[in-house]
This record gives sequence, structure tokens and C-alpha cells, in this order.
Amino acid sequence: MTATQNFHEELEPERYELAAPPPYRFEADRREFFKILGAGILVVSALSTVHAAQESGAAKRKPGGELPQEISAWLHIGENGKITVYTGKAELGQNIRTSLSQAVAEELRVSISSIAMVMGDTGLTPFDMGTFGSRTTPIMNLQLRKASAAARELLIGLAATQWSIDRKRLLAAQGKISDPDTSRSVDYATLVKGQQLTQTLPAEDPLIAAAAWTVQGQSLPKVDGRDFVTGKHRYPSDLKLPEMLHGKVVRPASFGATLTSFDAHEAEQMPGVTVVHDGNFIGVAAASTELASRAAAAIHAEWKSKPQSSNKELFEYLKKNSIEKKERAVGGESSRIESGSMENGLKSATHRLQQSYTVEYIAHCPLEPRSATAQWSGENVTVWTGTQRPFGVRGELAEAFRIPEERVRVLMPDTGSAYGGKHTGEAAIEAARLARAAKRPVKLNWTREEELTWAYFRPAGVIEVTSGMRADGTITAWEFHNYNSGSAGIRTFYDIPNQLIEFHATRSPLRQGSYRGLAATANHFARESHMDELALLVKMDPLEFRLKNLKDERLRAVFEAAAKKFGWGRAKTYAGQGFGIGGGFEKGGNVATAVEVAVDPATGAVKVVRVVTAFECGAIVNPDHLLNQIQGSNIMGLGGALFEAIEFENGRILNGRFSKYRLPRFSDVPQLETVMLDRKDIPSAGAGETPMLGLAPAIGNAIFDATGVRLRSLPLAPNGVKKV
Amino acid sequence: MAGIKQINVNGKNYEIDADGQASLLSVLREQLDLTGSKYGCGEGQCGACTVLISGNPRKSCITPVSAVGQKQVTTIEGLAKGDQLHPLQQAFLDEGAMQCAYCTSGMIMTGVALLNANQNPSASEISQFMEGNLCRCGTQPRIVAAIQKAAKAGKAAGQ
Repeated sequence: MTATQNFHEELEPERYELAAPPPYRFEADRREFFKILGAGILVVSALSTVHAAQESGAAKRKPGGELPQEISAWLHIGENGKITVYTGKAELGQNIRTSLSQAVAEELRVSISSIAMVMGDTGLTPFDMGTFGSRTTPIMNLQLRKASAAARELLIGLAATQWSIDRKRLLAAQGKISDPDTSRSVDYATLVKGQQLTQTLPAEDPLIAAAAWTVQGQSLPKVDGRDFVTGKHRYPSDLKLPEMLHGKVVRPASFGATLTSFDAHEAEQMPGVTVVHDGNFIGVAAASTELASRAAAAIHAEWKSKPQSSNKELFEYLKKNSIEKKERAVGGESSRIESGSMENGLKSATHRLQQSYTVEYIAHCPLEPRSATAQWSGENVTVWTGTQRPFGVRGELAEAFRIPEERVRVLMPDTGSAYGGKHTGEAAIEAARLARAAKRPVKLNWTREEELTWAYFRPAGVIEVTSGMRADGTITAWEFHNYNSGSAGIRTFYDIPNQLIEFHATRSPLRQGSYRGLAATANHFARESHMDELALLVKMDPLEFRLKNLKDERLRAVFEAAAKKFGWGRAKTYAGQGFGIGGGFEKGGNVATAVEVAVDPATGAVKVVRVVTAFECGAIVNPDHLLNQIQGSNIMGLGGALFEAIEFENGRILNGRFSKYRLPRFSDVPQLETVMLDRKDIPSAGAGETPMLGLAPAIGNAIFDATGVRLRSLPLAPNGVKKV
Repeated sequence: MAGIKQINVNGKNYEIDADGQASLLSVLREQLDLTGSKYGCGEGQCGACTVLISGNPRKSCITPVSAVGQKQVTTIEGLAKGDQLHPLQQAFLDEGAMQCAYCTSGMIMTGVALLNANQNPSASEISQFMEGNLCRCGTQPRIVAAIQKAAKAGKAAGQ
């Protein structure tokens, strides 16, 4: 990696992703694991190693927090030859159940079908901060490869001992250890029979190099795809327990409203309905969702609301409400990076440019809204829920119910997507509260309106850029202030000697949190729009201008690849046609996106016609799933780029349903072309987020190219381009 | 509203006990435990709940169970013949036309309805027909490809 790319790492992780690990976690010891799993081989690690491996960088936020030693099991090989893998990561559609299976199959030399992945179960899997930040591939993939390699080496050792020969002669392949000289072989199941062997994860493992991969690097289909096309898979909202009731929560009249009085007499008379009131919480549990909804509607609650700001004054609000560094902001602390001198940089500039960019709040809209099913057994509670942070939700439940975490188990069935929107455990807590009162299991499926109102949003933001440039197009000064939207991808990757980059944490009128790509979308939008504006000042081609100011080879490579595939520089062929480019680096991935738009000269309606994305994230683990992520990032990104925005007024969401909140549909999908650069010499990085970063600025730049109208707000054109 | 006592789903008669106003989706999911049909929006905007009623694609979240009467309901669970997947189910697997797959049931049911009506749809006809189904993961191009693949498979099979 270059110095620029390393520097990015120092700013990560994104502040909206902050989550602390629990101070203690006492678990089953090795003997108990064998009791549960049966004899065989177990690969384990101590907690301190787990944390070091999973959360490099996170440790500095918790100085001096020496963690107790603890056993965590990663991988078990049973006497029947079945491989069970344990990871706290969650499957939300990224297809990591498949890609992590590939990692294990590669190193352990077994078939994919012999592997069972246990994921996101706080009772069984090692602690994990959560599934976000594109960290599964760079960290968990590596971790499981190490565990698998450790098991493989142990198996080779077992066979060598059994046959009294030098282990160097032996090979592991197809679930067997064999001796090529004698053609003798033994399968793993036979080798581990009657054994209770524990292998601690060594610091260094002989991992198979990417160039020699046979399972990784292949386009394996989703491992349990058949369960999804037949409707058999049970998502969290599909679960059914014996005696289970359905829950419904009575929502406040507006954000932050407090309950002043309520009358639940009518609801309480309904057959089998339990009404729960606890502080500001009112909810019901009943035998069906229909009955629960009727009962909840029959509760007459009075709420005291307080006046709140609206999105008409949103950007003014954010500018006025930044939080001083000493204060703790919900989104984390402000941060500032400075190099060189802005004053000198601007002095040596021929052109100076100052512009402001904005992004609205948008909603994740995972197609499966929040869902949780809770079951109490004495003082212990088990909750099945769709979350990116099963261990975080366990902590939330423990806190809400004032019970120790050991009494809480959270399980995460493969879920109907999240995109950063399911870090929290609201539904889990609500379901558990209802279940405790009803003394029966309770399932609570949020409605779409609830998901679009009571979850959280991608932060809105204001970004101000001041730049200076010499007449030859060399950028000399770069000042960048982000108010509220976040610090991910805030640093410029262009080579500019004088920089001042600052994230200003801000009070937020709406509840906000993580979102696919985080603030990198906003920061890339501002930066890459501004780059085009600078290029225009010196009448340079936008691509040429970027390359002039860019040394990073990986990033140059994707810009060049996208431009080549796109046919950058060709002449326009129709009125309203426009071309634009944008790109960047984030979370170990490099992206460049070239876009063709067609702006209707009469109506100003914008159609994205073609999108060419070049992406590189090191060695590719599964090309087809990577392609799926890149295509999906672009399609999802169209919404935020063109038309998605949450409308709110005085503590209420005004467009909190799909009939009012427009999302990308089939007819919005452009022609998508992708170039994937496979760098086998670079460790694999995640790819769920970064591919979307170039899209919004590329569309904005293409609209300018088509119309001469510079749009500096996301969404760019919810109602088309005015004044063409 | 009178209660509804019976419904035919996937060729089977079920005894149910539902208010006529109850949505078909809630009856399928809660009373019959057929959870392949999904809730996504509750207002017929996302298509995750799509089932076939007498072969026509219907948003079961806004279809009152009383509107079904004696008609045959087909859900995703009733599409495969034993272990033999419907060609469109197979095509979704072949094309990797899913990520989280929460929309998949509704996409397949809508796609089956399209293929029943048009055995050789163009990409733009598919896109138009599928407009009422949302995929948040962004697998639309693969879904279009899967429907076209199933159409070809159907032709090859002489259907």
C-alpha cells in the first residue's frame, strides 16, 4: 500500500460504527465444547488474540483494557468428518456464508458441502463486534483460513505419527491426508476418531498463497441457494415457536414524545391480549398480528411532544450545531487533519474555488424490516433477530433488563439485508419486554412505516470545500469541512501539499447511524464534484485533471480501466447526453465509475443510461459474488444519488412508506458494465461498500456535462434538472 | 365480516379461521406457516408478498382473504414438483439472481406469471412487468437474465 492509503486507515473506523466490546465474557471451557460437539479436533484462540485479529485499531479507543483470557472455538472437525465453523459474523445477503466456506475449504482441503457455518450466535460463536465496515473479508476470512490451516497441519501431524513417517511427505487434499509415495491415505473422520484434540491458533500459519488458490477465487454459487428459491429459508420474521404470540408496539406521536396518559381498557378486554406499560413503552401481545394490531389501535395514548426542526432548515441547523471537541457526540468526536499550510497553498494558487455540498438523510429500507422473537426461561432470555451486531444487541438487552450478559443469548438467522441499518436491537428489546409480561414467546415484526420511522437514517451533512490551483492544473491547497455526515473517506487521495481536513460532529435532528459506505458517499460526492469544477476552471478533461494530481497506482489503474471500457473522450451523439467520472479509495478497495446520462431537454428528467465501474480490492475471493456486490452497490446507489431523501417535520417522518419514498426499480437500472482487477499480490479487502462511491459524483458530473447545470446536493434530481 | 373457514393453497384445502378482512399474506404466514411469501411494505408497493391466484400475480398483503373464495392460490412453496425445481427457480440459482433473497419469492412468482403469459419476453418487457417488485440488494439485471434463461429452457422443453 502507498502512504496515502495507509493514512486512510488511521482515520478508520467510521465514528458512526463505534461499539465497545463487553468487558468480560466467561464461556464454556474446552471440555464443554467437546461435550456439545462430540469428539474430534477443535481449533481455538484466546480472546485477546480474537480482539487483536478482529479489531485492530479499535484497541486504542479502550486504553488499558486488559481482557481476560478466554477460549473461543473457531472450527471443529467431528468424528463423522463434518466441519463446523463458528463466526460471529452475520449473513445479510453479502454471501459471506459462501465466501467464508470457501476460505475454510481452501485451507482445510475439504469440500464445501462438508462445511457447516454457525454464524452470529452469541451462545456459540466467538465474540465479534459486528458485520460492518467491509471487514469480513480482510479479517474474518483470514481468521478462518488460519484456523483451517492450523487444523490441516494438526491432521498431517496425526497421520505422520500414525504412520511413523516424516510429515513433510504428506499432503492434505479432498478431506484426506495422503502419502504420495505409498499411495496410502486416511480421511479426516478416521483420523479424529475418539480424539479430543485442541489446537490453539498459532500466530503464523502456512496459508496458501492467492496465486495457488483452487477454491477461493472461484465463482461458487450461494451455498444454501436452494432454500431461498423454494421459500424454505426462515428469516427472523418467519420464525415460529410453540405457544408464540405476536407483538405490537404503540408508537409515540413524534420523536422524543413522552407518554402522559393512556387508556387500555378496551384492548385489555380482547381475548388473550396482554397489554404492557413500562415507562414510555406501551405494547401488546396477542395470538395473531391482526389481533395485536387491533388491540394496539384500541389503546388511547396521550403524548407530550416537543417542537423540533424540519428538513427545510436542516443544513442551517447542522452548521449551527456542531459540537465542541470536548463534548461527546452521538456520532463520535470531531477530528482534524492538517498538513502543509493552507495560507501558503492559496497564496501560490492562480485559481481559488469555494463551494458547499449537501446530502439529505436517507433510509436503508432493508426489504425485511426489523424483527425479533424472544423467549424467556426463568431469568434467561433468548432472542432471534436480524441484526448486524448480535453481540451488541446482547449488550443492549442486558442493559435494558438489568441482567448480566450471560443470561442473554442472541441468534441471528440469515437476514433480509441491512446495509448498515441493523446495528441496533430495538425490536429485540421490545419483543423481550412483551414476552416477559406475556410469559410466552413473542414475535415482533416491525411494519415498513415503523422501519422507516423508528430505526435510524444515514446522516445528512454539509461539506464545504476551499481549494487553490495553479494555472497548469496542479492543486496547491485543499480545505474540506464535513458537518455531521461523517469522517469515512474524508481524506483526499490526490497529491496536494497543503491540506486542512476536518470532521465536525454535530447534533442531529434525526436519529442517525451507519449506512453502506457511510460518509464516504458524501465525502466522495463533494470531492469528486469539486474536482470537476476545478478541471473546468483550467479547461482540462476531468480524467486528465485527476491523473495529473494523482500518484497512487492502484487508484490510477481503476480510473484508467473504467475510462478505457467506457470509451472516455468520445463525442456525444444526442442532445441531453452527458458523460461523467468519479472514483476513490476506501476500506481497502479502489473504485472508478464512468457514467452516461440522458437528460430530457424538454422535461429535465434524468436517466442514467450506462454505468461502467472498475473495481479492485486485492485478491478476488469469489468473482461472481464480487460482481453481484458491485452491480448491487450501483443500483442501490442510484437512489441516494438521484431521488431518495427523508422528509421530516417537527418530529415526524412525512414520507415513511414505500408509496412515498421512491427507491430504484427495474426501469431505473442502467446498462451496467464492470471491470474487476484481480490483484493476487494484495490481501483481499471487503467489497460491499466501496463500489458505490464513484456513482453519485459521476452522475452529477455527467449531468453538468449534459446541461451545464452544476448540482451540489444529494439527491441530485428528484424532480429532474431545472433550467436545462 | 363473516369468518373464512377454508382456503386452497398449492393444490391443498386448508381449514382456517380468519376474519374476511385479514390479508391473505397474514393467513398464509401465520395460520398455514407458509412463510415463503414475505411482508415488505403492506401496501402492495414492493411485491415481496406476490402469490398466484388462479395463475395471476397478486400482492397478498393487500388481498383480503375473503377475496380468494374457491380460487387456487399458489405460493413459492408450491412451485417445485417434488425435488424438481420450476425452471425459473433453477434459473435464479444458475444466474445467482439473489443476495439476501428476501425479494426472491415474490420475484419468482411474478416472473412465473410473466412466463405463463409470454413465453419469450424481451428484456424491456420483463423490466416493465417486474416494475412492482423491489430488490434492495440490486440484483435486477440478474433477475432479468434468469427470466430469459427460464424462457429459453421452457422453449427447449417444448412448453
